[in-house]
Amino acid sequence: MQYLMSVIHDRSDLATSDEEAAIDVFNDRLRAEGHWVFAGGLGVPDPATVIDNRGAQAVVTDGPFLESKEYLAGFWIIEAPDLDVALKLATEGSRACNRKIEVRPFL
Amino acid sequence: MSAVDVQAAITAITQAHREEWARVVAALTKRFGDLDIAEEAAAEAFAIAVERWPADGLPPNPGAWLTTAATRKAIDRIRRENKRDDKQREARLVYDDDPLEPVGAVDDERLRLIFTCCHPALAMEARVALTLRMVGGLTVPEIARAFLVSETAMGQRITRAKAKIKAARIPYRVPSAGDLPARVSGVLAVLFLVFNEGYLSTGPDTDPVRHDLTAEAIRLARLIRALLPADGEVVGLLALMLLIEARRTARVSASGELVTLDEQDRGAWDTALVAEGHRLVRERLVAAAAGVAPGRYQILAAINAVHTCAHDVRDTDWSQVVALYDQLVRLDPSPVIALNRAIAVAELDGPEVALATVDRLEGALSGYHAYHATRADLLRRLGRSQLSRAAYDRAIELAGNTAETAYLTRRRDQLG
Repeated sequence: MQYLMSVIHDRSDLATSDEEAAIDVFNDRLRAEGHWVFAGGLGVPDPATVIDNRGAQAVVTDGPFLESKEYLAGFWIIEAPDLDVALKLATEGSRACNRKIEVRPFL
Repeated sequence: MSAVDVQAAITAITQAHREEWARVVAALTKRFGDLDIAEEAAAEAFAIAVERWPADGLPPNPGAWLTTAATRKAIDRIRRENKRDDKQREARLVYDDDPLEPVGAVDDERLRLIFTCCHPALAMEARVALTLRMVGGLTVPEIARAFLVSETAMGQRITRAKAKIKAARIPYRVPSAGDLPARVSGVLAVLFLVFNEGYLSTGPDTDPVRHDLTAEAIRLARLIRALLPADGEVVGLLALMLLIEARRTARVSASGELVTLDEQDRGAWDTALVAEGHRLVRERLVAAAAGVAPGRYQILAAINAVHTCAHDVRDTDWSQVVALYDQLVRLDPSPVIALNRAIAVAELDGPEVALATVDRLEGALSGYHAYHATRADLLRRLGRSQLSRAAYDRAIELAGNTAETAYLTRRRDQLG
């Protein structure tokens, strides 16, 4: 079972060096214990571009699809047998990156 | 079949529903890995029993009969669905085959069911609804009525919770020893919420005391105590609920008005419930003497034991009550506990001292009716009628329970 752990942030600052170090430790653990699938960090959503090609012609919109104070600042995709394990990992991940985390199952 | 036999069959079905519902749902959830299938099949099995038992006579083992009937219904449904979408139904619930030994409890599927329904990833209201449906066996209309929401809304709440359990893979198992205390306390919070909703029902058209809910909470607490006999807080919560329930009939007057503890007819208390509650509190006092620190439910139960020991309100050992509240404040420094402590302090050190403490809680509790009711009472005792009246007004505005509103209104109108 795979889960998406979304990192939620509401300021424009990037991870501090302490946070980055803690994230590295956490990532190593995910790999060592077989939970690691993929992860990545994102900056502020400002440079985002939305493409909608459902109609006759692709429409390009400058900016994120959703204007909100909180935004997706990064994510992990993890492998876990059930939600209890995923929530435990998310608890540690939230402490490591010092941000809120949303846990969502893949279909 | 004679009318007497039919009556006996109906009694047996009611009893089986109370005793076997959770066991049937739990057994089917384990076998089929799906709460939805388990719930539907259990309901169908009981519907068949209602038809068959009065006609055919009672089965020798009602629980086994119901589980077998429900299992057949579940298999029928799975076959139907497989035929329909030609796709093997996937059992998604994660079932943990480890024995339940670390808990020190009897191996009972119902324990897994309870922990799944009370999982912290579900919203509190979803946990309450799911527990009453899956473990308590209440129908959706019954639960909807209890919480004053429409049947549709309650049905959706339960459906959504079941869907989340499946999609997010909330496991069907007893938590590991390390997680157990926190998870048990989550289960107890659900039961206490059900009990309190019964004890202090809110809403203008609701009965002031909903015995069905208090009784259900006590029944579930007894079940959890049987499943987790080593947990002191489970004993504490059961004792607390019994000692409150014992005073139920004395707590509301014939005219539907709240009767406060000091004015209750103590002869009307249920002596059997009081005795059982006291026995449980003593059991925990022995454990505490042996060095096991009591949790909040055990302390609250002990406070209620002190009250129910006094045959007259004047015999109440207030210094003991205050000492117990001091212990509770160290565990839970919340403003509501501080308010209740102040009420006991008023009896020990006088209303002036208590009022000073209560006034300091204004910032945290200005939206809580009991804060204003307490202030109103203290101000009344100090002869400050005008301020007391204003506090009663505010308390009446905020109180949601009909018996409480009636009591506060009378008290306000009696002010000179």
